[in-house]
Amino acid sequence: MPVGVFIIVSIIKSLILLIVLLTAVAYSVWLERKVVGHMQNRWGPSRVGPFGLLQPAADGLKFLFKEDLTPSHVYRPLFLAAPMIAVVFALTSIAVIPFGNSITIAGYRIPFEIADVNIGLLMVLGVTSMGVYGVALAGWSSNNKYSLLGGLRGSAQMVSYEIALGLSLIGVLIQSGSFSLRAIVDAQGGHFWGFIPRWNIFHGQFIGFFIYLMAAYAETNRIPFDLPEAETELVAGYHTEYSAMKFAMFFMAEYANMITVGCLATLLFFGGWHGPLFGPSIVQALLPLFWFAAKVFCFLFLYIWVRGTLPRFRYDQLMAFGWKFLLPLAIANLVATAIATVVW
Amino acid sequence: MHLALFLIFAAICVAGAVNLLAQRHPINSALSLIAVMAALAGEYLLLGAEFVAAIQVIVYAGAIMVLFVFVIMLLNAGEEEETKGSRVAIVLGVPGLLTGAVLTAWVVVRYSAGEPVALGALPGHPVEIAQLLFHDFLLPFEVTSVLILIAIMGAVVLASKPEATERKADR
Repeated sequence: MPVGVFIIVSIIKSLILLIVLLTAVAYSVWLERKVVGHMQNRWGPSRVGPFGLLQPAADGLKFLFKEDLTPSHVYRPLFLAAPMIAVVFALTSIAVIPFGNSITIAGYRIPFEIADVNIGLLMVLGVTSMGVYGVALAGWSSNNKYSLLGGLRGSAQMVSYEIALGLSLIGVLIQSGSFSLRAIVDAQGGHFWGFIPRWNIFHGQFIGFFIYLMAAYAETNRIPFDLPEAETELVAGYHTEYSAMKFAMFFMAEYANMITVGCLATLLFFGGWHGPLFGPSIVQALLPLFWFAAKVFCFLFLYIWVRGTLPRFRYDQLMAFGWKFLLPLAIANLVATAIATVVW
Repeated sequence: MHLALFLIFAAICVAGAVNLLAQRHPINSALSLIAVMAALAGEYLLLGAEFVAAIQVIVYAGAIMVLFVFVIMLLNAGEEEETKGSRVAIVLGVPGLLTGAVLTAWVVVRYSAGEPVALGALPGHPVEIAQLLFHDFLLPFEVTSVLILIAIMGAVVLASKPEATERKADR
């Protein structure tokens, strides 16, 4: 593929992906409000459009027209940079995530992802680990004790759970023998005994998935691990001093991270875009995308379900859970997977 | 294309390093260091060392620098003051550094073999690095990890106050 075509294709793919991702972010907020509403025996958003479907657009407009306050004692450069850092890294990590196989247009093979790199998984981990700075700097630059506490909690929590998260993925890496997300998905094709799909979660990585799930909740600061923004003790945590679009950027970063984590879980443990294919060729071409989206949706629903069910951890419980339970379990899972792979 | 990217990353790297020294506030210096680390990761990528680049971002930019920022935030370190010593350091240091840089560049240009290393000529793929670490140099690698473990245990022993253990014994 010539360089010019490559650049044009990449720009188009990035634009499409960005629009899809931001729409997904807006509608996962809607979904969360709606589902949590029904779980709590109320309606959720229902006034703007049918089933409140236009609520995200109304919220976006509201954020745009709200007064953009900057408190007087903040450290201005970092106060402005922090939400941008959060949202940029949250949106960047989606660039290496493959959504399906490739299509061929005008003789060029175009894969369903922006960049097919052979260290895709490491790339996602690296970019998400940079996202910590958004939280930490927001908390520090706000010059507010609640924000600072939230920022400190957030960065400590994210650094601690990153280790368990990384270790939980190594089991999958041992089984597939590659860092490339595409190769990991390809290794999960086929079935056991003809009907159980050969996904990693049915392939000895159930404990790995459990650890990944716990660590991912903590990484994205979601209930039951949402201590950086615990309303009952910290007002709103690291984004207490933020208003209007700057606040919305933290919100977008959080939901984009949820979607990324869901995509990663789908790719690593649930066979990515693999699923039953049937029907005419056009349907067969689009079904992988559908299976991928459906799996990510299930993951997002699980997030919301857990949010509607569980209370928040205490801070010492959070740290003890991460270091004394998840980390040893992850190491045990790693050793067991390594032994099993060598023996069989 | 390759050269242009190299120059961009190198410029970010040098600018970040200079900014690191010029900034008064420790948190700005720490952030400049993060920029330097990230730009270095870009340079590693251009050399075909993807794994090293990813580890550079994950370990240095993502973990170690978080601890730096964390400590600065916890101690609430303020702006540095300019002392007589720092003025002397500027007067002597800047010309000294420039001379050193020019000399190094001259020596490298004059006496190096000339041919730049081709892309992919050196090991950079994760498989090759794993082969080196876990096969060819397994013993030194494991010994290093034991050394780090001993250092961690030493830090824990030094950091735990004796009164705390006594109080526990009393209970």
